[in-house]
Amino acid sequence: MPTASRPLTLSSPALRLDGWGVGAAVFATLVAVPVLVVLGSLLMPFTDAWAHLAATVLPRYVVNSIWLMLGVGLGVVLLGVPTAWLVTMTRFPGVRIFEWALILPLASPAYVIGYTYTGLLDYAGPVQSALRAAFGWSAGDYWFPDMRSLGGAIIVLTLVFYPYVYLLARAAFLNQSVCALEVSRTLGRTAWQSFTHVALPLARPAIVGGVALALMETLSDFGTVQYFGVDTFTTGIYRTWLGIGEPVAALQLAAVLLVFVFAVLLLEQWSRGEQRYHHTSRYYRRLPTYPLRGMHAAGAWLMCAFPVVFGFLVPAAALAVWTVENAALALDPAFHQLLRNTLILAAGGAVITVLAAVLLAYALRLRGGTFVRVAARMATLGYAVPGAVVAVGILLPCVRLDNWIDATARDLFGAGTGLLMSGTLVAVIYAYVVRFLAVAFNPIEAGLGRITHSMDGAARVLGASPAATLMRVHAPLMAGSVLTATILVLVDVIKELPATLLMRPFNFDTLAVRTYQLAADERLAEAALPSMTIVAVGIVPVILLSLAIARSRPGDSGA
Amino acid sequence: MQPIALGIADVSHAYGGRTVVRGVTLTVAPGELVCLVGPSGCGKTTLLRIAAGLEELQQGRIMIDGCAVAEPGYVVPPEARGVGFVFQDYALFPHLTVARNVAFGLHKLPPRERAARVRDVLSKVGMAEYADAYPHQLSGGQQQRVALARALAPRPRVMLLDEPFSGLDTRLREQIRDDTLHVLKDSGAATLMVTHDPEEAMFMADRLAVMRAGRIEQEGTPVDIYTRPATAFVASFFGQLNELVGVVRNGAVYTPFGAIATPGLGDGTKVDVLIRPEGLRLSVADGRGSSAVAAQVMTSRLLGRSSWIHLRLLTGDAAWGEGHVGHFHFHVRVPGRYLPREGEILQVGLDPAQAFVFPAQDTR
Repeated sequence: MPTASRPLTLSSPALRLDGWGVGAAVFATLVAVPVLVVLGSLLMPFTDAWAHLAATVLPRYVVNSIWLMLGVGLGVVLLGVPTAWLVTMTRFPGVRIFEWALILPLASPAYVIGYTYTGLLDYAGPVQSALRAAFGWSAGDYWFPDMRSLGGAIIVLTLVFYPYVYLLARAAFLNQSVCALEVSRTLGRTAWQSFTHVALPLARPAIVGGVALALMETLSDFGTVQYFGVDTFTTGIYRTWLGIGEPVAALQLAAVLLVFVFAVLLLEQWSRGEQRYHHTSRYYRRLPTYPLRGMHAAGAWLMCAFPVVFGFLVPAAALAVWTVENAALALDPAFHQLLRNTLILAAGGAVITVLAAVLLAYALRLRGGTFVRVAARMATLGYAVPGAVVAVGILLPCVRLDNWIDATARDLFGAGTGLLMSGTLVAVIYAYVVRFLAVAFNPIEAGLGRITHSMDGAARVLGASPAATLMRVHAPLMAGSVLTATILVLVDVIKELPATLLMRPFNFDTLAVRTYQLAADERLAEAALPSMTIVAVGIVPVILLSLAIARSRPGDSGA
Repeated sequence: MQPIALGIADVSHAYGGRTVVRGVTLTVAPGELVCLVGPSGCGKTTLLRIAAGLEELQQGRIMIDGCAVAEPGYVVPPEARGVGFVFQDYALFPHLTVARNVAFGLHKLPPRERAARVRDVLSKVGMAEYADAYPHQLSGGQQQRVALARALAPRPRVMLLDEPFSGLDTRLREQIRDDTLHVLKDSGAATLMVTHDPEEAMFMADRLAVMRAGRIEQEGTPVDIYTRPATAFVASFFGQLNELVGVVRNGAVYTPFGAIATPGLGDGTKVDVLIRPEGLRLSVADGRGSSAVAAQVMTSRLLGRSSWIHLRLLTGDAAWGEGHVGHFHFHVRVPGRYLPREGEILQVGLDPAQAFVFPAQDTR
């Protein structure tokens, strides 16, 4: 029966500040707060501590960061681009395995790889021991490269982050217009010339985007550089905050780090714009692939095997051996406590982040005004902000707020409230939401994009109320995306070190934190079990990604 | 008076500051099929969405079965209007089988009746054997049939179709729209269909409403609209025309093909003269007949059911007024196969019933 009700439009063109708009604004603000606090610290008075930092360590941070970015940037291109081209455009034995195996290094956080290689290559490690045994050398008789150096950090970060370039370059090569390549061939260019003159320029924005992601991760890295003794901004922030006890100076360091991050972010945003421009064709055909034989096939095989072996297989094998040697630790109740803590944080972080992402995605869909779009864009920029920066950006206002509430309560009621935010799970999870909202938002927005507005309309016209439309159309269609988003955030939280380390409640250790502590105490073998657990969890999204890669091989499916 | 199934009264609509529908009034009787036809961006889809309740009504009123379902301050949500809607992209639910897509709107029926209705309506559109398929396994034409079946399943009083054939290729389209016409007519629902294709509109419609820039320019049967277009826009929308300009003198406008009476237009009025290509008759030039106009064949082409002849006027350039310099190039459509040789001289005669004169300020 016709009943009076508020008009319920499915798409409103007008810029409106209703519940959705306000919700989007709240998330955008929450995410912006830590960044604004950090940037705002530049307006605070520069203390003696800052002068000291600037005179002593700051130049070293800058120089080290630049060397790291140059080294890793070059390294990820050298590993990522040729492998992407080989698996997309050529055929050689094992190529189908390499296609997904090349992303395996993403499973492990950089610090775990760093600890593992140190354990393998340091003086007491199996490699040097074997050399000494074989040649009868003793200490000082021979030179061996020191893993714990700037060069070592560059190698480790390259091995872990090259898959970003590989993934984006591979997608670009797959999406490239076959026609462009064929035109190039018909105009007399060889396969190699077609690559350098057509495919590479077309894929350049994607490659730049991949490098930008790798560089963001490099700037965010704390565990590896801290352990390798390479002083960068993240280690400086940690030391200034906890070691020297100068929160404002730590914030100011974080602000300088943000300058680097913004530069990389601009690079990444630019590359996205360029990619939109290049992706014009919606139709795919099977790409022409060049079969490789003999030496060429062997060369291609080695090129692809190198990053898989050293980025994943060797460290995973070493971890496995050490884990087995220390298997008894798995029965230790302390380890179970670690698992429990990690799960609490990961589940809490994932659920709240995904909820936020769902709300934001719906706000964008239902009220696609400029205001909501800008808010959503801001709210999802947190992925670029290093965990250490997020941590200090949240901690300082939390501490101030807590102190103020505590003091006010004392004044009013004669009893303090203690710490409500800082050092509690609330603050840690807040940090995770800021850092990983984009991770959850992207698959959810993509999933929502597959539900067209006319599907909403069809459901309504067929008698489904808005709530019924949500339950009968959106919920089943969104379930996969929401699950994917949850898993991705869950794993990222488990791997996240600096934010957890700085913000966790007192003595609330997680797998990542314990790994870091054990490694810092040079108990690398004992660190193997928590490390191995992190890698095992990290494999899950990598498998999801591999499956997606296998499914979405355009040109293979269809007539 | 005929009962009204769907009534649209004085509806206006704007997006932001841009008005896309301006005071449209239109009715559809039960069992009647009305086509809303016009170029893209003329507001026809918006009007359809307002009728369904998918777009918020801003001004005017929507009536279904004599009851207002939308007027300022009162809105029946789309799920309570009892309309069927076929979307341009079909909007099938990808997670449901064909049968469950069709059953989506039948949630109030008991399961047994629901299954029977799904079978019934699927067999009506010839998709019974695809009941367990998923939408992505179907071709475009099959998806269109399922979309139609899904909209018809709850026995709506009003069917709304938004460019339902535009996603289909030409040959399939003719078959599907023939089937759709009969299924819709059998259902007895009042149907309002939106299309930009004039031929499709004439094929489907009992009655046409030609829309342009948010207004209904002319409403009537296909025959009315084709033979008595109210404006130059309507005339040219339904087919390519030979266009001339002229000035009214003594109650008529003089063209190279003869004078055309211009009742109601004052002397000196500048006019556009539009002549349908089939409104010109060709015959062998034999020199007889004083009003004979000679033209030279430039090219002739067989288009299948008719022939299309490009001609160049040889005589009378000076006779028909200002604005034209050089040779006048025009087209004639002749039924069947008629392919005069290039360079041949023919005599041209005019059928005044297929020539339309409008004041010149009426821009197309």
